[in-house]
Amino acid sequence: MRTLIYLLIGILFGITMFKSEAASWFRIYEMFKFESFHMYGIIGSALILGILFIQTIKRFEIKSFYGEKIVFTPKTKSFYRYLIGGIIFGLGWALAGACPGPMFTLVGAGYIPILVVIAGSIIGTFLYGILKDKIPH
Amino acid sequence: MIACILLLLIMLGKNFGMSSNLRTLCTLCGAGKTSDFFKFDWKTQKWNLIVVLGAIIGGYIGAHFLSNTSAVALNPETISDLKSFGFESAGTAYLPSEMFETSALLSFKNIILLILGGLFVGFGARYAGGCTSGHAISGLSNLQLPSLIAVIGFFIGGLTMIHLIFPLLF
Repeated sequence: MRTLIYLLIGILFGITMFKSEAASWFRIYEMFKFESFHMYGIIGSALILGILFIQTIKRFEIKSFYGEKIVFTPKTKSFYRYLIGGIIFGLGWALAGACPGPMFTLVGAGYIPILVVIAGSIIGTFLYGILKDKIPH
Repeated sequence: MIACILLLLIMLGKNFGMSSNLRTLCTLCGAGKTSDFFKFDWKTQKWNLIVVLGAIIGGYIGAHFLSNTSAVALNPETISDLKSFGFESAGTAYLPSEMFETSALLSFKNIILLILGGLFVGFGARYAGGCTSGHAISGLSNLQLPSLIAVIGFFIGGLTMIHLIFPLLF
């Protein structure tokens, strides 16, 4: 049952990513050129609603569907890892035109070369796992 | 819609973050032998892999059943910009055919660019502890300063790539 719920959430997510064009390489390029409001609209509207949802949950201590307390784990405090990691991610995001969610959506949409990007990102994650103790955090 | 997905996952006691799946996939490939970073019980992340499977199916549905045309209506300036870089498909396709048509796999340069793009995304996402969904949506929604720093980083990287590196690559 839970599996089915997660599958449906994923399907909803995939359709949203494809139809909103957030999975389009062109839209990412346009966003970084500041030549369209499109992507800012998608992320901005999600953000405004997201803030409202999370603040409401916190204020009224709303329980999850299973009656458990909802815990938000704060991100660990640091500066360099977020800035440097963010910059590296941004370079890849603009070049490949896809972030880790839409990448998988594009597989379903039938673009074969995206598999090369996914392979690259798995290797990248693996490299991080190996190098993590040697780089500043 | 994206915020609703975030809300659903939170209400199910989970969190919204897609790049963690890349780490889970590493563990599934046996990376636990090489680094403690990959030593965890992947079954605790099974729910997220199922979301990924759903995202693949969703992409198929979106592309095959819900779209008459998938051409992206770009800003005309963006189109002429891209054409000057040699992306003739700008304005008439969903993805640049020069990079994402199956025939583009015959270009050595293109394969290198795709791998590099993926490498940076994978490495950067884990280094920064999240990607667009984990930081720009979940993290910022929770008003996390680290996520703001990461998102600023995303933009520094993206702007550098498109304004400074693209002219050298294309």
